[in-house]
Amino acid sequence: MSFYPYAVAAWLFVVGLWGIVASENLVRTVLCLTVVQSATYVLLLAVGYRHGGAAPIVADIPVHSRLVDPTVQVLVLTDVVIEATVSALLLALVVQGHKRFGSVDPQQLRALHD
Amino acid sequence: MSSLGALPVLVAMLGAGVLVASSAFIPRAGADALATSVTAGVLVLCALLLHRASQSPFAYWLGGWRPRGGVTIGISLSIDPMGAGVAMFAALLVLAALVYSIHYFEAVEGLFHGLMLVFLAAMAGFSLTGDLFDLIVFFELMSTVAYALTAYHIEERAPIQGAINFAITNSIAGYAMFVAVALLYARTGALNLAQIGAALDHHHADPLVIVAFALLAVGFLTKAAVVPLHFWLADAHAVAPAPVCVLFSGVMVELGVYAVARLYWEVFAGALAGHVAAVRAILVALGVATALLGALMCVLQRHVKRLLAFSTISHVGVMVCGIGLLTPGALAGVATYAAGHGLAKAALFMLTGVLLHRFATVDEYDLHGRGRGLRVTGVLFAFGGVLLAAVPPLTMFAGKSLIEDGAGRIGYGWLSVVCVLVSMATGGAVLRVAGRVFMGWGPSEGPDPAQARAAEERVDETRGQRDRTPWPMLVVPAVLLALGAAAGLVPGLVPRIASAAARFTDHPAYAAWVLHAARPSWPAAVAVDPSGSAVLAGVLSVVGAVAVAALGLFGRSLPQALPRAARERSRTALRAVRHLHSGHIGDYIAWWTAGAAAVGATCLLALR
Amino acid sequence: MSRRGRLLLFALGGATLAAVLVIAERGLPSFGDYHGVYGRVVQATEPVLRRATDLVTALNFDLRAFDTVGEEFILFASVAGVALILRRMRDEDDRALASTPQEHRFTGASDALQLLTLALVPTFIALGVYVIIHGALTPGGGFQGGIVLAAGPLAMLLAGRYLALKRLAPVWALESVDAAGAMAYVLIGLGGLVFASSALQNFLPLGTPGQLLSAGTMPLSSIAVGIEVTGAFLLTWTEFLDQALIVERRH
Repeated sequence: MSFYPYAVAAWLFVVGLWGIVASENLVRTVLCLTVVQSATYVLLLAVGYRHGGAAPIVADIPVHSRLVDPTVQVLVLTDVVIEATVSALLLALVVQGHKRFGSVDPQQLRALHD
Repeated sequence: MSSLGALPVLVAMLGAGVLVASSAFIPRAGADALATSVTAGVLVLCALLLHRASQSPFAYWLGGWRPRGGVTIGISLSIDPMGAGVAMFAALLVLAALVYSIHYFEAVEGLFHGLMLVFLAAMAGFSLTGDLFDLIVFFELMSTVAYALTAYHIEERAPIQGAINFAITNSIAGYAMFVAVALLYARTGALNLAQIGAALDHHHADPLVIVAFALLAVGFLTKAAVVPLHFWLADAHAVAPAPVCVLFSGVMVELGVYAVARLYWEVFAGALAGHVAAVRAILVALGVATALLGALMCVLQRHVKRLLAFSTISHVGVMVCGIGLLTPGALAGVATYAAGHGLAKAALFMLTGVLLHRFATVDEYDLHGRGRGLRVTGVLFAFGGVLLAAVPPLTMFAGKSLIEDGAGRIGYGWLSVVCVLVSMATGGAVLRVAGRVFMGWGPSEGPDPAQARAAEERVDETRGQRDRTPWPMLVVPAVLLALGAAAGLVPGLVPRIASAAARFTDHPAYAAWVLHAARPSWPAAVAVDPSGSAVLAGVLSVVGAVAVAALGLFGRSLPQALPRAARERSRTALRAVRHLHSGHIGDYIAWWTAGAAAVGATCLLALR
Repeated sequence: MSRRGRLLLFALGGATLAAVLVIAERGLPSFGDYHGVYGRVVQATEPVLRRATDLVTALNFDLRAFDTVGEEFILFASVAGVALILRRMRDEDDRALASTPQEHRFTGASDALQLLTLALVPTFIALGVYVIIHGALTPGGGFQGGIVLAAGPLAMLLAGRYLALKRLAPVWALESVDAAGAMAYVLIGLGGLVFASSALQNFLPLGTPGQLLSAGTMPLSSIAVGIEVTGAFLLTWTEFLDQALIVERRH
């Protein structure tokens, strides 16, 4: 159990990349990108966890109780906002791409090659 | 003066908000004026910060959260002369891009100007911040704006594909950096660069630290378009509007190189102190591969913007070699080189925008001879090519000679061959384009079918009469070229860059002045005159560039000069290399993964 | 590259990358055993110095407020980007729409669904406002509450009343709300520079912990961010829905 979350994070990172490489649909590519990003959430939150720690809200509990690390939660919050925004941009591009290329298959996007 | 620390970023952001909010009410001239004046204001603020930082670098603690006992919980802006200088350079290029776009550029109501100002805020924040996570946040901000601006011409198919490739590749680079932050945070409990550096100093670099370094380097080198993480750059540059390409090639890509240097010197220099030779070898290897591949692809292009993009990649290779040498002298050379390159490349993209405005195409063969009437444009374009060839005694030459000098001192003297090849190829390619387009030299060929199809879909990027060039589109590149040429000649500028580099590479002092508000002193830097061999290399580069241009225009293509068997093989090899740049995102990410894995594995094996 | 070549290249690269990551992670403290200094110092100093009970919000809007400025503008830039990318092209028009919104049912929703969803709209809005305002006290804050608040008007789509939503929140209004929220946050940050000693510093009276008006500028920052997030997400969603429901190619 002590290494399991870290292994999950590494797995998610690589399997998300696999999804992007093997994808034949751009919407699936964008979703696999979010899988890669979720690897970073798992890693960050796993790093900050403390056994028996409460959530970092000291409203009802004594100020000096054992808490999990609040900093990684802030980092993940920023990370989530970044994911939402990049996904929105990419999906907007896929929508316009579908109109222009008539397809969402990366293989059919042939406007740029050497 | 030091209380101005946060203002460049905040003022630019405020300006962006005002522009977007008021886009329905204010006319185009108002938006132009507001954007330009805010950018000029940010430029002045950065100059003031540079002045203050040159006396003594300082840390500005946001929110008033000062460190206690070397432990920080707030975010600092660690402002040293190099960082303030980079921020100022970014502001200068944004100002140039905005003045270039005055009135004639088809700006989408408020969104173009607003996004440009956010881009400025991101670049300023990136250069000034002293916190690792903040660095990544501003990296993502810069990237998000870049993705949006790349897809500006939604009517055409290529920008959409280019933006998708750009977005996916750079996002993954960002995620690699998040992983590195998690690793470093777990080890040191800190996010401040100086504090992490101090914490890592006392221990031997174990695999966690090594992989964190590798992941951060891979992430930033993706932005810098180092081989094999570079595929997105040519796609993005080929499709983005001219003012945006100015920023991409002029400063955004260089920020990736700058970040790797920052990370090494501010965070990892202590931990990796026993492995300097190995780190050097890895970075120089990446730089050489990038420089040579970029130079080769540059010469093979007939799409002018892609040609300029590959030339940027090639120059970035030289810059990565320079910082990879891990000496202050070479770093000063890189800073000078990057400044000269940024200004020259920005001007070249602007002039390509002029060609697009007049002729609606950027195909070198389609433009054959059509530029004969555009004398000013032609002269400026050729001058840009000469600058890229690092002609002595101008700025890029000054930088190059410092890099070569630094390389020679530590047994990497052969790097000057690579630098000369890069100057020859990139300068020569631009001169070849100038000759073909503006003088009508060389044979003509039919238009490229792919580019012709793209031209059919094109919506004009600029307005105004097609038979006249708007004045901002010529004056701004002329000014940039003059600056790009003259900067190296200004007395005292290069020594001041050298002293900034000396402060930058002083790892123990960094923790002192950030965390403990120390005011260390450094000896004044002396001017280093370029050696005779450097001048010789410079002259060779220019002569070689002219030769490359002449060969491209008048000579038979190189494969035809070889015997038959070699001709077939070289043709197949060239075709294979070009074919790798396929535009397919799966290919790009497969190469990215392979590159990241290779860098990670090499670091693990070499840095133990 | 052929598909097979691509997958083979990735198989080699991906396996190596996974190995590199796992080797690095073996240097991490074991799960649940984190003992870094940052969180503990925040826990020790923040409740005393800033009187907020939600440490995550305190980090977000006070200690690491500069990160949040950047994050906010990432959202702002991305929304501007979506508006830029999904703008009407030369050959597109907005579909001719019926004159009264009530007559235009897009989703074919049953009456029961419409009634239920319309009842949800004020619920989401109230919940969103609650989460935003109590950012410094209880879990939540500007970002989280902003999404909940934006879901309120979006529920009108489920009720088949997309046009009413568009009339309630036209694009220019959402853009202004988004920009206003972003600017408000920057102005609060500049307020720190003017009224206290450095930018983004908490400069309002701190009050008692647990009270609504406590922790200085944190509730204000939370509200500014909440406004921005609401405007931003509603704008993004309406842009996408326009593409699906309203935009059509001119024939």
